[in-house]
Amino acid sequence: MARMKFLCDAERCIACNGCVTACKNANEPATPWGIQRRRVVTLNEGEPGQKSISVSCMHCTDAPCKAVCPVDCFYTTPDGIVLHNKDQCIGCGYCFYACPFGAPQFPEREAFGSRGKMDKCTFCAGGPLPDNSKEEYEAYGSNRVAEGKLPLCAEMCATKSLLAGDGEVISKIYLKRVMKRGTRPDTWGWERAYMQAL
Amino acid sequence: MNESLLKQARAGKWRSWRALLLTGAVALALCVPLLIPLAVSQAQTSAQGAQTDNPRAGFWREVRHGDVGYTTADTPDADVLIQNGGQNWRQLRNGPIANYGGWLMGIVLVAIAVFLTFRGRIRVEAGPSDMRVIRFSLWQRIVHWFTATTFVILALTGLAIFYGRAVLIPIMGKDAFSVIAMASKQIHNFVGPLFVVAVLMLVVTFIVGNFYERGDIKWLLKGGGMVGKGHVSAGCYNFGEKSWFWLATIAGIVVAGSGLVLDFPNFGQSRELMQLAEMIHAITAVIFIAASFGHIYIGTVGMEGALDAMVKGHVDANWAKEHHDRWYESMDKQGNVKPIGEVEGHRVGQGAQHRTT
Ligand code: SF4
Ligand code: SF4
Repeated sequence: MARMKFLCDAERCIACNGCVTACKNANEPATPWGIQRRRVVTLNEGEPGQKSISVSCMHCTDAPCKAVCPVDCFYTTPDGIVLHNKDQCIGCGYCFYACPFGAPQFPEREAFGSRGKMDKCTFCAGGPLPDNSKEEYEAYGSNRVAEGKLPLCAEMCATKSLLAGDGEVISKIYLKRVMKRGTRPDTWGWERAYMQAL
Repeated sequence: MNESLLKQARAGKWRSWRALLLTGAVALALCVPLLIPLAVSQAQTSAQGAQTDNPRAGFWREVRHGDVGYTTADTPDADVLIQNGGQNWRQLRNGPIANYGGWLMGIVLVAIAVFLTFRGRIRVEAGPSDMRVIRFSLWQRIVHWFTATTFVILALTGLAIFYGRAVLIPIMGKDAFSVIAMASKQIHNFVGPLFVVAVLMLVVTFIVGNFYERGDIKWLLKGGGMVGKGHVSAGCYNFGEKSWFWLATIAGIVVAGSGLVLDFPNFGQSRELMQLAEMIHAITAVIFIAASFGHIYIGTVGMEGALDAMVKGHVDANWAKEHHDRWYESMDKQGNVKPIGEVEGHRVGQGAQHRTT
Protein backbone atom coordinates (compact mmCIF):
# COMPACT_ATOMS: atom_id res chain seq x y z
CA MET A 1 0.00 0.00 0.00
CA ALA A 2 1.30 3.39 -0.97
CA ARG A 3 2.01 5.91 1.75
CA MET A 4 1.03 9.31 0.35
CA LYS A 5 3.33 12.22 1.11
CA PHE A 6 4.08 15.76 0.01
CA LEU A 7 7.61 16.93 -0.68
CA CYS A 8 8.48 20.50 -1.59
CA ASP A 9 11.85 20.81 -3.29
CA ALA A 10 12.94 24.19 -1.96
CA GLU A 11 15.68 24.47 -4.59
CA ARG A 12 13.03 24.61 -7.27
CA CYS A 13 10.15 26.56 -5.78
CA ILE A 14 9.83 29.99 -7.41
CA ALA A 15 6.90 31.16 -5.26
CA CYS A 16 4.60 31.46 -8.26
CA ASN A 17 1.64 30.40 -6.08
CA GLY A 18 0.40 28.18 -8.90
CA CYS A 19 -0.24 25.39 -6.38
CA VAL A 20 -2.38 27.74 -4.28
CA THR A 21 -4.47 28.63 -7.31
CA ALA A 22 -4.70 25.02 -8.47
CA CYS A 23 -5.90 23.98 -5.02
CA LYS A 24 -8.57 26.65 -4.95
CA ASN A 25 -9.63 25.53 -8.40
CA ALA A 26 -9.87 21.87 -7.49
CA ASN A 27 -11.67 22.41 -4.20
CA GLU A 28 -13.68 25.49 -4.86
CA PRO A 29 -16.94 24.95 -3.01
CA ALA A 30 -15.15 23.77 0.15
CA THR A 31 -12.71 26.66 0.25
CA PRO A 32 -14.67 29.92 0.43
CA TRP A 33 -13.10 33.34 0.83
CA GLY A 34 -10.72 33.27 3.76
CA ILE A 35 -9.75 29.64 3.41
CA GLN A 36 -6.51 28.80 1.69
CA ARG A 37 -5.54 25.17 2.03
CA ARG A 38 -2.09 25.67 0.60
CA ARG A 39 0.25 28.62 0.97
CA VAL A 40 3.76 29.55 -0.12
CA VAL A 41 6.12 30.98 2.50
CA THR A 42 9.30 32.75 1.45
CA LEU A 43 12.12 32.81 3.97
CA ASN A 44 14.93 35.38 3.96
CA GLU A 45 13.06 37.30 1.32
CA GLY A 46 15.30 39.57 -0.76
CA GLU A 47 18.45 38.29 0.92
CA PRO A 48 21.06 35.81 -0.22
CA GLY A 49 19.77 32.32 0.48
CA GLN A 50 16.13 33.18 -0.08
CA LYS A 51 13.95 30.07 -0.21
CA SER A 52 10.30 29.46 -0.85
CA ILE A 53 8.31 26.51 0.33
CA SER A 54 4.79 25.49 -0.51
CA VAL A 55 3.03 24.10 2.53
CA SER A 56 -0.33 22.64 3.49
CA CYS A 57 -1.36 19.60 5.47
CA MET A 58 1.50 17.09 5.42
CA HIS A 59 -0.74 14.15 6.40
CA CYS A 60 1.34 13.35 9.47
CA THR A 61 2.04 9.85 10.65
CA ASP A 62 1.14 10.51 14.29
CA ALA A 63 -1.11 13.44 13.48
CA PRO A 64 -1.23 16.04 16.29
CA CYS A 65 -4.56 17.41 15.01
CA LYS A 66 -6.09 13.97 15.39
CA ALA A 67 -4.67 13.58 18.90
CA VAL A 68 -6.27 16.74 20.29
CA CYS A 69 -9.63 16.79 18.49
CA PRO A 70 -12.28 16.65 21.25
CA VAL A 71 -14.75 14.82 18.99
CA ASP A 72 -12.13 12.51 17.44
CA CYS A 73 -13.32 13.30 13.93
CA PHE A 74 -10.03 12.64 12.10
CA TYR A 75 -9.21 9.38 10.38
CA THR A 76 -6.26 8.17 8.37
CA THR A 77 -6.98 6.41 5.08
CA PRO A 78 -5.09 3.23 4.14
CA ASP A 79 -2.98 5.50 1.91
CA GLY A 80 -1.85 7.49 4.94
CA ILE A 81 -4.02 10.52 4.10
CA VAL A 82 -5.38 12.36 7.15
CA LEU A 83 -9.03 13.32 6.61
CA HIS A 84 -11.75 14.58 8.90
CA ASN A 85 -15.51 14.50 9.24
CA LYS A 86 -17.02 17.97 9.00
CA ASP A 87 -20.38 16.78 10.29
CA GLN A 88 -18.73 15.91 13.59
CA CYS A 89 -16.34 18.89 13.77
CA ILE A 90 -17.39 21.48 16.34
CA GLY A 91 -15.02 24.18 15.17
CA CYS A 92 -13.08 24.44 18.43
CA GLY A 93 -9.78 25.33 16.78
CA TYR A 94 -7.71 22.81 18.76
CA CYS A 95 -6.38 21.14 15.60
CA PHE A 96 -5.08 24.54 14.54
CA TYR A 97 -3.28 24.98 17.88
CA ALA A 98 -1.68 21.55 17.58
CA CYS A 99 -0.77 21.36 13.88
CA PRO A 100 2.93 22.16 13.29
CA PHE A 101 2.24 23.33 9.73
CA GLY A 102 -0.72 25.65 10.29
CA ALA A 103 -2.87 23.53 7.97
CA PRO A 104 -6.35 23.70 9.56
CA GLN A 105 -8.38 26.67 8.35
CA PHE A 106 -11.67 28.15 9.48
CA PRO A 107 -14.29 29.97 7.43
CA GLU A 108 -15.07 32.34 10.31
CA ARG A 109 -13.09 34.08 13.00
CA GLU A 110 -15.75 35.71 15.11
CA ALA A 111 -16.43 36.57 18.74
CA PHE A 112 -17.58 33.78 21.09
CA GLY A 113 -15.30 31.30 19.36
CA SER A 114 -17.36 31.07 16.19
CA ARG A 115 -15.06 29.55 13.62
CA GLY A 116 -17.34 27.34 11.54
CA LYS A 117 -16.28 23.87 10.44
CA MET A 118 -12.57 23.29 10.05
CA ASP A 119 -11.25 22.84 6.52
CA LYS A 120 -7.87 21.59 5.46
CA CYS A 121 -6.05 19.96 2.58
CA THR A 122 -7.48 16.53 1.82
CA PHE A 123 -4.67 15.47 -0.56
CA CYS A 124 -7.51 15.84 -3.09
CA ALA A 125 -9.05 12.75 -1.53
CA GLY A 126 -12.45 14.12 -0.50
CA GLY A 127 -13.97 13.11 2.81
CA PRO A 128 -16.12 10.52 4.52
CA LEU A 129 -19.07 11.00 2.13
CA PRO A 130 -19.52 8.73 -0.95
CA ASP A 131 -16.61 9.11 -3.39
CA ASN A 132 -17.12 11.89 -5.95
CA SER A 133 -20.70 12.52 -4.89
CA LYS A 134 -22.09 16.02 -5.10
CA GLU A 135 -22.20 16.30 -1.28
CA GLU A 136 -18.61 15.24 -0.97
CA TYR A 137 -17.50 17.77 -3.55
CA GLU A 138 -19.39 20.56 -1.83
CA ALA A 139 -18.14 19.78 1.65
CA TYR A 140 -14.58 18.60 1.01
CA GLY A 141 -13.69 19.46 -2.59
CA SER A 142 -12.54 17.08 -5.27
CA ASN A 143 -11.65 13.45 -4.79
CA ARG A 144 -8.95 12.93 -7.39
CA VAL A 145 -7.38 10.08 -5.47
CA ALA A 146 -10.54 8.00 -5.99
CA GLU A 147 -10.09 8.64 -9.74
CA GLY A 148 -6.49 7.44 -9.60
CA LYS A 149 -5.07 10.95 -9.89
CA LEU A 150 -2.75 12.93 -7.63
CA PRO A 151 -3.43 16.29 -5.90
CA LEU A 152 -3.89 19.10 -8.42
CA CYS A 153 -1.35 21.41 -6.73
CA ALA A 154 1.52 19.04 -7.39
CA GLU A 155 0.27 18.08 -10.83
CA MET A 156 0.21 21.72 -11.87
CA CYS A 157 3.49 22.82 -10.28
CA ALA A 158 5.37 24.51 -13.13
CA THR A 159 8.85 23.68 -11.87
CA LYS A 160 7.84 20.29 -10.46
CA SER A 161 9.06 21.54 -7.11
CA LEU A 162 6.01 20.26 -5.30
CA LEU A 163 5.88 16.48 -5.40
CA ALA A 164 2.92 14.44 -4.20
CA GLY A 165 2.37 10.73 -4.21
CA ASP A 166 3.72 7.50 -2.83
CA GLY A 167 6.48 8.46 -0.41
CA GLU A 168 8.90 5.93 -1.89
CA VAL A 169 8.39 7.10 -5.47
CA ILE A 170 8.73 10.80 -4.73
CA SER A 171 11.77 10.32 -2.52
CA LYS A 172 13.48 8.44 -5.39
CA ILE A 173 12.74 11.31 -7.79
CA TYR A 174 14.00 13.78 -5.24
CA LEU A 175 17.18 11.83 -4.46
CA LYS A 176 18.04 11.70 -8.16
CA ARG A 177 17.78 15.49 -8.28
CA VAL A 178 19.89 15.90 -5.19
CA MET A 179 22.63 13.69 -6.61
CA LYS A 180 22.64 15.54 -9.91
CA ARG A 181 22.72 18.92 -8.21
CA GLY A 182 25.25 17.83 -5.65
CA THR A 183 23.22 19.36 -2.84
CA ARG A 184 22.21 17.95 0.46
CA PRO A 185 18.72 16.48 0.76
CA ASP A 186 16.36 18.79 2.59
CA THR A 187 13.14 16.87 2.82
CA TRP A 188 11.30 19.81 4.18
CA GLY A 189 8.98 19.03 7.08
CA TRP A 190 9.44 15.29 6.79
CA GLU A 191 11.08 14.83 10.15
CA ARG A 192 8.19 16.53 11.87
CA ALA A 193 5.43 14.98 9.80
CA TYR A 194 6.69 11.46 9.12
CA MET A 195 9.35 11.18 11.86
CA GLN A 196 12.01 10.36 9.30
CA ALA A 197 14.09 12.40 6.89
CA LEU A 198 14.05 10.26 3.76
CA MET B 1 48.95 17.30 48.28
CA ASN B 2 45.70 17.87 46.50
CA GLU B 3 43.77 16.09 49.22
CA SER B 4 45.50 17.81 52.05
CA LEU B 5 44.71 21.15 50.48
CA LEU B 6 41.07 20.26 50.17
CA LYS B 7 41.04 19.18 53.78
CA GLN B 8 42.52 22.44 54.81
CA ALA B 9 39.92 24.28 52.81
CA ARG B 10 37.15 22.28 54.42
CA ALA B 11 38.44 23.00 57.88
CA GLY B 12 38.74 26.65 57.03
CA LYS B 13 42.31 26.85 58.10
CA TRP B 14 43.81 28.97 55.38
CA ARG B 15 47.05 30.37 56.63
CA SER B 16 48.07 32.62 53.83
CA TRP B 17 47.08 33.97 50.45
CA ARG B 18 49.48 31.53 48.86
CA ALA B 19 47.41 28.62 50.06
CA LEU B 20 44.32 30.27 48.62
CA LEU B 21 45.96 30.79 45.25
CA LEU B 22 47.18 27.22 45.22
CA THR B 23 43.70 25.95 45.96
CA GLY B 24 42.37 27.94 43.06
CA ALA B 25 44.99 26.57 40.74
CA VAL B 26 44.23 23.00 41.78
CA ALA B 27 40.51 23.56 41.32
CA LEU B 28 41.12 24.87 37.81
CA ALA B 29 43.32 21.87 37.07
CA LEU B 30 40.52 19.57 38.22
CA CYS B 31 38.18 21.22 35.73
CA VAL B 32 40.38 20.49 32.73
CA PRO B 33 39.18 16.90 32.21
CA LEU B 34 35.63 18.22 32.11
CA LEU B 35 36.52 20.52 29.25
CA ILE B 36 38.06 17.78 27.12
CA PRO B 37 34.83 16.15 25.85
CA LEU B 38 33.45 19.58 25.01
CA ALA B 39 36.52 20.46 22.97
CA VAL B 40 36.39 17.09 21.23
CA SER B 41 32.74 17.45 20.30
CA GLN B 42 33.38 20.93 18.99
CA ALA B 43 36.23 19.66 16.88
CA GLN B 44 33.97 16.91 15.57
CA THR B 45 31.19 19.26 14.56
CA SER B 46 33.55 21.60 12.79
CA ALA B 47 35.06 18.62 10.99
CA GLN B 48 31.58 17.56 9.89
CA GLY B 49 30.86 21.06 8.69
CA ALA B 50 34.04 21.04 6.65
CA GLN B 51 33.18 17.67 5.08
CA THR B 52 29.72 18.48 3.80
CA ASP B 53 30.41 22.15 3.28
CA ASN B 54 26.79 23.15 3.45
CA PRO B 55 26.48 26.90 3.08
CA ARG B 56 23.04 26.89 4.66
CA ALA B 57 23.83 24.72 7.63
CA GLY B 58 21.58 26.66 9.97
CA PHE B 59 18.80 27.26 7.50
CA TRP B 60 16.56 24.29 8.16
CA ARG B 61 17.17 24.49 11.87
CA GLU B 62 15.82 28.05 11.73
CA VAL B 63 12.69 26.84 10.01
CA ARG B 64 12.14 24.35 12.78
CA HIS B 65 12.39 27.11 15.34
CA GLY B 66 9.34 28.84 13.98
CA ASP B 67 10.99 31.55 11.93
CA VAL B 68 8.68 33.89 10.14
CA GLY B 69 8.71 34.40 6.38
CA TYR B 70 6.66 36.22 3.78
CA THR B 71 3.41 34.84 2.45
CA THR B 72 0.43 36.14 0.55
CA ALA B 73 -1.92 34.09 2.77
CA ASP B 74 -3.57 36.25 5.40
CA THR B 75 -4.84 33.58 7.77
CA PRO B 76 -3.50 33.76 11.35
CA ASP B 77 0.12 32.68 11.72
CA ALA B 78 0.30 31.79 8.01
CA ASP B 79 3.83 33.22 7.81
CA VAL B 80 5.19 30.60 10.24
CA LEU B 81 6.30 27.47 8.42
CA ILE B 82 6.63 25.14 11.40
CA GLN B 83 5.47 25.97 14.90
CA ASN B 84 6.88 24.01 17.78
CA GLY B 85 4.42 24.93 20.53
CA GLY B 86 1.70 22.64 19.30
CA GLN B 87 3.59 19.50 20.14
CA ASN B 88 4.21 20.58 23.75
CA TRP B 89 0.64 21.70 24.10
CA ARG B 90 -0.64 18.40 22.79
CA GLN B 91 1.53 16.40 25.17
CA LEU B 92 0.77 18.46 28.26
CA ARG B 93 -2.94 18.69 27.62
CA ASN B 94 -3.53 15.07 26.65
CA GLY B 95 -1.03 13.84 29.23
CA PRO B 96 -0.49 15.28 32.70
CA ILE B 97 -3.28 17.88 32.67
CA ALA B 98 -5.99 15.40 31.66
CA ASN B 99 -4.62 12.61 33.87
CA TYR B 100 -3.88 14.51 37.08
CA GLY B 101 -7.06 16.52 36.61
CA GLY B 102 -9.12 13.35 36.42
CA TRP B 103 -7.40 11.91 39.46
CA LEU B 104 -7.87 15.10 41.46
CA MET B 105 -11.62 15.24 40.85
CA GLY B 106 -11.99 11.52 41.47
CA ILE B 107 -10.05 11.64 44.74
CA VAL B 108 -12.11 14.55 46.06
CA LEU B 109 -15.34 12.71 45.24
CA VAL B 110 -14.11 9.54 46.95
CA ALA B 111 -12.95 11.52 49.99
CA ILE B 112 -16.39 13.11 50.29
CA ALA B 113 -18.08 9.71 50.02
CA VAL B 114 -15.77 8.29 52.70
CA PHE B 115 -16.43 11.28 54.94
CA LEU B 116 -20.18 10.97 54.52
CA THR B 117 -20.03 7.26 55.30
CA PHE B 118 -17.97 7.56 58.46
CA ARG B 119 -18.83 10.97 59.84
CA GLY B 120 -22.30 11.26 58.42
CA ARG B 121 -24.33 14.43 58.09
CA ILE B 122 -23.39 17.22 60.48
CA ARG B 123 -26.60 17.81 62.39
CA VAL B 124 -27.79 20.80 64.38
CA GLU B 125 -27.23 19.18 67.77
CA ALA B 126 -29.62 21.36 69.71
CA GLY B 127 -32.31 20.73 67.12
CA PRO B 128 -34.39 23.39 65.37
CA SER B 129 -35.30 26.47 67.37
CA ASP B 130 -37.96 29.08 66.70
CA MET B 131 -35.42 31.87 66.34
CA ARG B 132 -33.78 32.78 63.02
CA VAL B 133 -30.70 34.85 62.20
CA ILE B 134 -30.52 36.94 59.03
CA ARG B 135 -27.46 35.75 57.07
CA PHE B 136 -27.54 36.75 53.42
CA SER B 137 -29.36 39.62 51.76
CA LEU B 138 -31.36 39.06 48.61
CA TRP B 139 -28.58 40.68 46.56
CA GLN B 140 -25.97 38.37 48.07
CA ARG B 141 -28.11 35.37 47.25
CA ILE B 142 -28.74 36.56 43.70
CA VAL B 143 -25.02 37.01 43.13
CA HIS B 144 -24.29 33.60 44.65
CA TRP B 145 -26.83 31.72 42.55
CA PHE B 146 -25.96 33.60 39.40
CA THR B 147 -22.34 32.58 39.87
CA ALA B 148 -23.34 29.06 40.84
CA THR B 149 -25.61 28.55 37.84
CA THR B 150 -23.10 29.82 35.32
CA PHE B 151 -20.35 27.84 37.07
CA VAL B 152 -22.24 24.55 36.89
CA ILE B 153 -23.15 25.08 33.23
CA LEU B 154 -19.55 25.90 32.37
CA ALA B 155 -18.18 23.00 34.40
CA LEU B 156 -20.45 20.44 32.75
CA THR B 157 -19.91 21.71 29.21
CA GLY B 158 -16.18 22.16 29.80
CA LEU B 159 -15.80 18.65 31.18
CA ALA B 160 -17.71 17.31 28.17
CA ILE B 161 -15.27 19.00 25.82
CA PHE B 162 -12.20 17.95 27.83
CA TYR B 163 -13.09 14.39 28.82
CA GLY B 164 -15.95 13.55 26.44
CA ARG B 165 -13.67 11.89 23.89
CA ALA B 166 -12.40 9.46 26.50
CA VAL B 167 -15.60 9.00 28.51
CA LEU B 168 -18.62 9.69 26.30
CA ILE B 169 -17.56 8.54 22.82
CA PRO B 170 -17.16 4.90 23.94
CA ILE B 171 -20.69 5.06 25.38
CA MET B 172 -22.64 6.90 22.70
CA GLY B 173 -20.47 6.92 19.58
CA LYS B 174 -18.93 9.83 17.71
CA ASP B 175 -22.03 11.16 15.96
CA ALA B 176 -24.16 11.49 19.08
CA PHE B 177 -21.25 12.89 21.07
CA SER B 178 -20.58 15.42 18.35
CA VAL B 179 -24.06 16.88 18.94
CA ILE B 180 -23.36 17.15 22.66
CA ALA B 181 -19.91 18.60 22.06
CA MET B 182 -21.25 21.17 19.63
CA ALA B 183 -23.92 22.27 22.10
CA SER B 184 -21.35 22.28 24.89
CA LYS B 185 -18.99 24.44 22.93
CA GLN B 186 -21.68 26.96 22.02
CA ILE B 187 -23.11 27.14 25.53
CA HIS B 188 -19.63 27.34 27.06
CA ASN B 189 -18.64 30.19 24.75
CA PHE B 190 -21.76 32.24 25.40
CA VAL B 191 -22.13 31.61 29.14
CA GLY B 192 -18.41 32.23 29.71
CA PRO B 193 -18.61 36.02 29.53
CA LEU B 194 -21.60 35.94 31.92
CA PHE B 195 -19.40 34.07 34.39
CA VAL B 196 -16.79 36.81 34.08
CA VAL B 197 -19.43 39.30 35.24
CA ALA B 198 -20.57 36.89 37.95
CA VAL B 199 -17.08 36.46 39.39
CA LEU B 200 -16.49 40.19 39.54
CA MET B 201 -19.82 40.71 41.32
CA LEU B 202 -19.02 37.83 43.67
CA VAL B 203 -15.70 39.34 44.70
CA VAL B 204 -17.16 42.78 45.32
CA THR B 205 -20.17 41.40 47.20
CA PHE B 206 -18.46 38.91 49.47
CA ILE B 207 -15.00 40.34 50.09
CA VAL B 208 -16.19 42.04 53.28
CA GLY B 209 -15.71 39.60 56.14
CA ASN B 210 -13.58 37.20 54.15
CA PHE B 211 -10.19 38.44 55.26
CA TYR B 212 -8.36 35.96 57.43
CA GLU B 213 -8.02 36.71 61.14
CA ARG B 214 -6.34 35.14 64.12
CA GLY B 215 -9.25 32.92 65.12
CA ASP B 216 -9.04 31.14 61.78
CA ILE B 217 -5.82 29.40 62.77
CA LYS B 218 -7.51 27.87 65.81
CA TRP B 219 -10.38 26.72 63.63
CA LEU B 220 -7.89 25.15 61.24
CA LEU B 221 -5.92 23.47 64.03
CA LYS B 222 -9.11 21.92 65.33
CA GLY B 223 -9.91 20.60 61.85
CA GLY B 224 -12.92 22.86 61.55
CA GLY B 225 -14.93 20.54 63.75
CA MET B 226 -15.01 18.05 60.89
CA VAL B 227 -13.17 15.47 62.95
CA GLY B 228 -14.08 14.61 66.49
CA LYS B 229 -16.84 16.11 68.57
CA GLY B 230 -17.49 19.56 69.87
CA HIS B 231 -17.84 22.88 68.09
CA VAL B 232 -15.19 25.24 66.91
CA SER B 233 -15.46 28.93 67.43
CA ALA B 234 -15.90 31.04 64.29
CA GLY B 235 -17.04 34.45 63.12
CA CYS B 236 -19.33 35.16 60.19
CA TYR B 237 -17.20 33.03 57.88
CA ASN B 238 -14.91 30.28 59.11
CA PHE B 239 -11.50 29.41 57.69
CA GLY B 240 -12.98 26.95 55.19
CA GLU B 241 -15.51 29.42 53.86
CA LYS B 242 -12.88 32.14 53.55
CA SER B 243 -10.53 29.81 51.72
CA TRP B 244 -13.28 28.84 49.31
CA PHE B 245 -13.97 32.54 48.74
CA TRP B 246 -10.32 33.25 47.91
CA LEU B 247 -10.01 30.15 45.78
CA ALA B 248 -13.15 31.14 43.86
CA THR B 249 -11.78 34.66 43.48
CA ILE B 250 -8.35 33.69 42.22
CA ALA B 251 -9.40 30.67 40.16
CA GLY B 252 -12.39 32.61 38.89
CA ILE B 253 -10.29 35.50 37.63
CA VAL B 254 -7.65 33.21 36.10
CA VAL B 255 -10.20 30.99 34.43
CA ALA B 256 -12.16 34.00 33.18
CA GLY B 257 -9.11 35.76 31.78
CA SER B 258 -7.74 32.69 30.02
CA GLY B 259 -11.22 31.86 28.78
CA LEU B 260 -11.62 35.27 27.18
CA VAL B 261 -8.37 34.74 25.25
CA LEU B 262 -9.85 31.55 23.79
CA ASP B 263 -13.38 32.85 23.33
CA PHE B 264 -12.49 35.78 21.09
CA PRO B 265 -10.22 34.55 18.29
CA ASN B 266 -11.36 37.57 16.27
CA PHE B 267 -8.58 39.65 17.81
CA GLY B 268 -6.00 37.56 15.99
CA GLN B 269 -4.05 36.36 19.05
CA SER B 270 -1.31 33.87 18.23
CA ARG B 271 -1.50 30.11 18.54
CA GLU B 272 1.17 30.16 21.24
CA LEU B 273 -0.93 32.44 23.41
CA MET B 274 -4.01 30.29 22.91
CA GLN B 275 -2.08 27.09 23.73
CA LEU B 276 -0.92 28.67 26.96
CA ALA B 277 -4.37 30.04 27.73
CA GLU B 278 -5.94 26.63 27.13
CA MET B 279 -3.56 24.92 29.54
CA ILE B 280 -4.00 27.55 32.27
CA HIS B 281 -7.76 27.40 31.71
CA ALA B 282 -7.89 23.61 31.99
CA ILE B 283 -5.64 23.37 35.07
CA THR B 284 -7.46 26.12 36.95
CA ALA B 285 -10.89 24.87 35.97
CA VAL B 286 -10.16 21.33 37.14
CA ILE B 287 -8.91 22.58 40.54
CA PHE B 288 -11.92 24.90 40.79
CA ILE B 289 -14.35 22.08 40.00
CA ALA B 290 -12.69 19.68 42.44
CA ALA B 291 -12.92 22.29 45.21
CA SER B 292 -16.52 23.07 44.32
CA PHE B 293 -17.45 19.46 45.09
CA GLY B 294 -16.49 20.14 48.71
CA HIS B 295 -18.42 23.41 48.83
CA ILE B 296 -21.54 21.93 47.24
CA TYR B 297 -21.40 18.93 49.56
CA ILE B 298 -21.07 20.89 52.79
CA GLY B 299 -23.69 23.40 51.70
CA THR B 300 -26.31 20.75 50.98
CA VAL B 301 -26.02 17.15 52.12
CA GLY B 302 -23.03 17.59 54.41
CA MET B 303 -24.45 19.99 56.95
CA GLU B 304 -27.98 20.27 58.19
CA GLY B 305 -29.31 23.84 58.07
CA ALA B 306 -26.55 25.27 55.89
CA LEU B 307 -28.57 25.52 52.68
CA ASP B 308 -31.12 27.79 54.40
CA ALA B 309 -28.57 30.59 54.44
CA MET B 310 -28.33 30.82 50.66
CA VAL B 311 -31.91 29.84 49.87
CA LYS B 312 -33.95 31.62 52.54
CA GLY B 313 -31.38 34.17 53.57
CA HIS B 314 -31.67 33.31 57.25
CA VAL B 315 -30.56 30.42 59.41
CA ASP B 316 -31.67 28.66 62.56
CA ALA B 317 -30.31 30.31 65.70
CA ASN B 318 -29.02 26.97 67.00
CA TRP B 319 -27.16 26.37 63.74
CA ALA B 320 -25.60 29.82 64.08
CA LYS B 321 -24.60 29.20 67.69
CA GLU B 322 -23.01 25.87 66.86
CA HIS B 323 -21.10 26.86 63.74
CA HIS B 324 -20.59 30.62 63.94
CA ASP B 325 -20.76 31.46 67.65
CA ARG B 326 -18.94 34.81 67.50
CA TRP B 327 -21.03 35.93 64.55
CA TYR B 328 -24.19 34.85 66.40
CA GLU B 329 -23.27 36.96 69.40
CA SER B 330 -22.73 40.08 67.34
CA MET B 331 -25.95 39.50 65.41
CA ASP B 332 -27.78 39.01 68.69
CA LYS B 333 -26.43 42.33 69.94
CA GLN B 334 -27.53 44.08 66.74
CA GLY B 335 -31.01 42.64 67.13
CA ASN B 336 -30.78 40.49 64.03
CA VAL B 337 -32.02 37.35 65.75
CA LYS B 338 -35.73 37.24 65.16
CA PRO B 339 -38.65 34.94 65.85
CA ILE B 340 -39.40 32.57 62.99
CA GLY B 341 -42.79 34.12 62.17
CA GLU B 342 -41.24 37.52 61.62
CA VAL B 343 -38.67 36.49 58.99
CA GLU B 344 -40.45 33.68 57.20
CA GLY B 345 -43.33 35.91 56.09
CA HIS B 346 -41.60 37.78 53.30
CA ARG B 347 -38.15 36.35 53.04
CA VAL B 348 -39.12 32.78 52.34
CA GLY B 349 -41.10 34.03 49.38
CA GLN B 350 -38.09 35.81 48.00
CA GLY B 351 -35.81 32.90 48.64
CA ALA B 352 -38.14 30.37 47.05
CA GLN B 353 -38.69 32.55 44.04
CA HIS B 354 -35.00 32.83 43.66
CA ARG B 355 -34.45 29.14 43.95
CA THR B 356 -36.58 28.34 40.92
CA THR B 357 -34.62 30.61 38.59
S1 SF4 C 1 -0.13 18.70 8.87
FE1 SF4 C 1 -1.46 19.44 10.52
S2 SF4 C 1 -3.52 19.05 9.80
FE2 SF4 C 1 -2.16 17.82 8.52
S3 SF4 C 1 -2.07 15.82 9.53
FE3 SF4 C 1 -0.35 17.02 10.31
S4 SF4 C 1 -1.16 17.96 12.17
FE4 SF4 C 1 -2.92 17.27 10.99
S1 SF4 D 1 -11.90 22.32 14.92
FE1 SF4 D 1 -13.03 20.47 14.39
S2 SF4 D 1 -11.51 19.07 13.53
FE2 SF4 D 1 -10.40 20.68 14.62
S3 SF4 D 1 -10.08 19.82 16.68
FE3 SF4 D 1 -11.96 21.03 16.78
S4 SF4 D 1 -13.58 19.56 16.36
FE4 SF4 D 1 -11.68 18.59 15.71
